[in-house]
Amino acid sequence: MQQIFNFLIRNKNSILFLLLFVVSVFLTIQNHAFHKSRFISSANFVSGGVYSWSSNINTYLHLDEYNERLLEENNKLRNIISNIHDSISVEKQLDSTSFEGDYLFRTARVINNNFSKVDNYLTLNRGKRSGIEQEFGVITSQGIVGIVDRVNENYSRVISILNSRSRINAQLNNTNHFGSLVWDGKDPNIVQLIDVPRQAPLQKGDTIITGGRSLIYPKGLPIGSIQDFKLDQTQSYYTINIKLFNDMTNIGYVYVIENVNKEEIKKLQDTNEQ
Amino acid sequence: MNSKLFSNITRFIILVFLQVLILNNINFAGYINPHLYVLFILLYPFAGNQSLFLFLSFLLGLSVDIFEDSGGINAAACLVAAFARPNLLRFSFGISYDHQNIRLAAAPFGSKLSYVFLMVVLHHFVLFSLEMFSLNHILLILKKTLFSSIFTVILTLLSLTLFSKKYR
Repeated sequence: MQQIFNFLIRNKNSILFLLLFVVSVFLTIQNHAFHKSRFISSANFVSGGVYSWSSNINTYLHLDEYNERLLEENNKLRNIISNIHDSISVEKQLDSTSFEGDYLFRTARVINNNFSKVDNYLTLNRGKRSGIEQEFGVITSQGIVGIVDRVNENYSRVISILNSRSRINAQLNNTNHFGSLVWDGKDPNIVQLIDVPRQAPLQKGDTIITGGRSLIYPKGLPIGSIQDFKLDQTQSYYTINIKLFNDMTNIGYVYVIENVNKEEIKKLQDTNEQ
Repeated sequence: MNSKLFSNITRFIILVFLQVLILNNINFAGYINPHLYVLFILLYPFAGNQSLFLFLSFLLGLSVDIFEDSGGINAAACLVAAFARPNLLRFSFGISYDHQNIRLAAAPFGSKLSYVFLMVVLHHFVLFSLEMFSLNHILLILKKTLFSSIFTVILTLLSLTLFSKKYR
């Protein structure tokens, strides 16, 4: 017994080291599992508070830019409104059939944004109190940003599309061939669309939009344009490099999308499975 | 003793905030960020309590992790660096470490550089390995480690020189 105690006391630093190391590796692994990071995230009272304080200052420096973006978006929306009676010229991206009030939009400000790591997250200054919940989509006027994965009273954390665990359903604008949007961790302006069947007619510069299969994003939101593409190892699917329309390194304000019918659709799909 | 405690606590807080509010947003050439908060581990009193030191390093990494949403990678990296510090100190400073009379500000530049460089490279290597979490990306890990380390070492040496009077 004495010897055991002596051993413990002699090696207390190594034991402490191992213990704490196991804890941190455990936290790391947990963070790598989708939807399971329960303990630690920046959507808490302290870090959320600090980030929103620093972003309050930061926003002032970008006011010009945000105004310009708003102007651009207003211009786009005005164009759509003025043409709305002429059913032929309604822009395909905002097809009226996909915006029948199934989706609810909320605005939020990005108070923290990462893009230099492999698994990137954003923090928003809205949370449960503003009606935000898990698995809501997040977009800007130019393209998509990510999916809400943790919600606190006042803050929420978003899995960026620049995250190795993010998989978003996307499709070609011209045809209905679809694939999964992933990121290889290299360039924050380029994401990859994988598993697109070989039959799909591809051309450089083609637009990629969200596919309506995920219950998170409405169909038809612009994502980016094809930069280049090649067949994968099986020779039957394309891997496409996509240049994003929105600059992920510079995001100010975002829209959070709620799919109002999500529960209903989910219930229906669950009964199908049984 | 009290002033030492106070200055370490202040350093802890200032470095965490400096890291998460300013240095994490540099993104030089797309992905290179200095991790200057390692400075706390470098400067922690050499003769201090080792267990407390390990725990504080863990806490330091965890604070940065909470802000960065990165699980426990900074905590693990800090812990490894802290655990290896006595050995690296002995390697860099030789005999004077055993007599516990190193003064980092007054140490010769060569041993100071080797101490800082080894600590930073070790910390960054663990950090990026855990971040990628796969051996397929070993080249990317090494690339990130190299470039970020250079950046961190330069910043660390600069701040050591700038604030050296305080710690003398």
